[in-house]
Amino acid sequence: MGAEKEKKQGEEGGAVIRLGPKILELLSKLGEVELEDVEIEAEELEIWVPTVIPQVIPAQPAPAAVAPPKVLPEKPAEILAAEFKPLTQTYLGRIVEVKIGATRAEGGSRGKVVKIGGEAAPSFYLWEEVPPNPPAISADVFDMEVSLPRALRMHVQDVIGDPAAWAKLAVDKFGADMVTVHLVSTDPLIKNTPPSEAAKTIEKVLQAVDVPIIVGGCGDPKKDAEVFKRVAEVTHGERVMLSSLTLDMAEAGILGDVAKAAKEHGHVVLAFTAMDLNRAKELNRRLYEYLPRDSIVMDLTTAALGYGIEYSFTIHERARLAALGGDVELQHPTSSGSTNAWAAREAWMRLGPEWEPRELRGPIWETITALTLLLAGVDMFMMMHPAAIHTVKEVVKNLLNRGRAKPEEIADWVTVKI
Amino acid sequence: MGEETRKGVRELSPLDIYMLLPKTNCGKCGEKNCMAFAAKVVNREIPIELCTPLVEEEQYKSEYAKLKEILAPAVKEIVIGVGENSIKVGGKLVMYRHEFTYYNPTPIAIDVTDEMPESELMERVKRVEGFTYNYIGRTLKLDMIAIRSTSNDPSKFRSTVEKVAGATRLPLILCTFNPDVMKSALEVIYNRRPLIYAANRNNWRQMAELALMYNCPLAVFGQGDLNLLSSLVKTLLEYGVEDLLLDPGTFPNDGLSETITNFTMIRRNACKGGDRLMGFPLIGVPMTVWLKKDAPKEVLQWKEAYLAAILIARYADLLIMHSLEGWVLLPNVILRFNIYTDPRKPVSVEPGLRIFGSPDENSPVMFTTNYALTYFTVESDIKSANIDCYLIVVDTGGISVESSVAGRILTAQTVADAIKKSGIEEKVKHRYLIIPGLAARLSGEIEELTGWRVLVGPRDSSGIPAFLKERWPPKE
Repeated sequence: MGAEKEKKQGEEGGAVIRLGPKILELLSKLGEVELEDVEIEAEELEIWVPTVIPQVIPAQPAPAAVAPPKVLPEKPAEILAAEFKPLTQTYLGRIVEVKIGATRAEGGSRGKVVKIGGEAAPSFYLWEEVPPNPPAISADVFDMEVSLPRALRMHVQDVIGDPAAWAKLAVDKFGADMVTVHLVSTDPLIKNTPPSEAAKTIEKVLQAVDVPIIVGGCGDPKKDAEVFKRVAEVTHGERVMLSSLTLDMAEAGILGDVAKAAKEHGHVVLAFTAMDLNRAKELNRRLYEYLPRDSIVMDLTTAALGYGIEYSFTIHERARLAALGGDVELQHPTSSGSTNAWAAREAWMRLGPEWEPRELRGPIWETITALTLLLAGVDMFMMMHPAAIHTVKEVVKNLLNRGRAKPEEIADWVTVKI
Repeated sequence: MGEETRKGVRELSPLDIYMLLPKTNCGKCGEKNCMAFAAKVVNREIPIELCTPLVEEEQYKSEYAKLKEILAPAVKEIVIGVGENSIKVGGKLVMYRHEFTYYNPTPIAIDVTDEMPESELMERVKRVEGFTYNYIGRTLKLDMIAIRSTSNDPSKFRSTVEKVAGATRLPLILCTFNPDVMKSALEVIYNRRPLIYAANRNNWRQMAELALMYNCPLAVFGQGDLNLLSSLVKTLLEYGVEDLLLDPGTFPNDGLSETITNFTMIRRNACKGGDRLMGFPLIGVPMTVWLKKDAPKEVLQWKEAYLAAILIARYADLLIMHSLEGWVLLPNVILRFNIYTDPRKPVSVEPGLRIFGSPDENSPVMFTTNYALTYFTVESDIKSANIDCYLIVVDTGGISVESSVAGRILTAQTVADAIKKSGIEEKVKHRYLIIPGLAARLSGEIEELTGWRVLVGPRDSSGIPAFLKERWPPKE
């Protein structure tokens, strides 16, 4: 394979050189051909809405009518054997492994820790590698009363406003591997809860559950920086994940302080950027000044199914392939805020009787948003609906457990009576 | 691996195409010259067949054949059905959508059987045809009917297939492993060019004969065994059957890992390994979840919904499903639409001022971003409530409100610039700007920078009518 590859590259390189003079010649012959004719559409910003079934390549016309019976020469009399050999690739890069949470022996108080990342092949390319760590799920918990769609609210009704009880429910009943405590009340535009009080909330949650904790900010860079520094201090050694650190913090000149606090107290950070790999790399470079690589997880932005999931899908595929291809600045595990699925109106809105019940439509929306990104390479998911959490866990388990297909089970699907 | 390696779609340059064209710049294709034509062809915007001299003139015969060869997709494009009611399946050029784009969105076929009472049969067909969902100005639909012979009775199958064919123009899949049953149906509807499902290790020869006799595409069932699948494809190609689709086997529960690994290995071999035996469209069958009969209906529907999504994301070119529930199908037709949008073109609309109804100098002024989905959602909410207003569409490079605020693409400055550019200041007397709830964070800065008073609107545009009722005109 290696020799073949080299040979191919050599040939292609040669082809380029051979064509080099020809390109010039051709372009000079075609004096009137301007390069704009060749570079197409990059600048175009016209409304472009793809058809559901784009008829773009009419490679072969549909047969208009009946073809007469054909007479053919020699035909095989029995099955001709052809072995299937999967193309296997080796990769230059590997995703760093990040551990979230710390046990007593490690300086924290968690009963369980979660490791993510460590892959050396694209997600679920099991013939190349069985990934060292299964993708994990963190359940969302809020530190105050929040408005939730009914399909979500019905499952957490009794614990809204009590983050410790909510966390316990998420771990004991929903099966979450971790808990994300969103300190939304610290938002200066909401309750402006001071850092000291926010830190107390986190301590209470740490006492209520023994899984690793993710500390979610309010989105205001300055306030988040203050809150994260304080929380980092009071949770010293617990290896929480601070969610999230941004380039806005860098711009405000406060990223270094937060990153230093994370390092000093042994925590992990989530580096958030909005659908832009160059910015993701830039943020990581800034974080490397303060933090070891195994303390950084990336959030590349999760757009909901129907609301831009294709951007998220593709940016995760690109990031993972680039990382495996050797781009060290992208060799970090990724996290998806799959609860964002509920931003899609199709997840919660009344659309008419044929689309009911919303109690299923909502959670399947969150499930499919997460599963789509699972296949694109995401390592951990922040989720909310218990059915969605349960399903993603089950799918991960099934996807990683190769060798259990029973051919006879699907042999008769055509005749199954439902 | 493979007999030969072709240039991948990304390595192909307009020059590769140009070299084989007539180079006469005749303009019959509608382009300025052959180079411009070559550029569009290499970008798959137009088919090579638009060059009529190439197709028609004997002197270009070998160039045309070569062009067809180098432009052939890694996954063959197969047509099921005839004329305007046909559907194209496969035709994939790349493994990852960011490498180019995915063509031919995965058709979804819904099953019926030859043992259904006629009323139920017709009702199901009607529901498949009637399924529509309006999504950013497009109508999402289901695509095909798969007719299964559960009776294994040739005459029953034939009469069911005739009934279905009479009731719908949708392309059809005929499902039975029994060649006699298949033949009996093909005899009556072969002119609809249905997909023959399927050849397997036992019936391959009879099925191949039927496919050849009636010129219909043929599915090959591998039942989880990729060596068998490869061997059957090789054999069928030798036999003369060229239009194949591959069903590697969909295992819904324990075998999910095999299913996804198999689909991925096959697509990798076709796109990256030049494995021509695997260069055919893949059939996923989420309805295999219904083989498990002891589970509640809702559980099986739930499983079928997410299994379909997994298969759409991992290379299925055609799906056969059973559930007709809206909540099962809606996320899948939307996921398919999303994954198959062209990543080379931003899904955005022209920024600038939009006028709804007949607004006057006291009418509300709002803004949103130029992400197509955001814009069409806001537009439909304003239109359906018959609101007279101005809407400024801010250029965020096709990014939604929430993401563009987070990414600092939508800032007080970009809003201020958009206000200036829109000319709205000459159109209204007031200076109140309604901003998206998700951009609330920008309120203060916008007020400072523009001198307009900000009213923070709802987080979802469905709340606009209620918001205006309560807050407009401003009471201060």
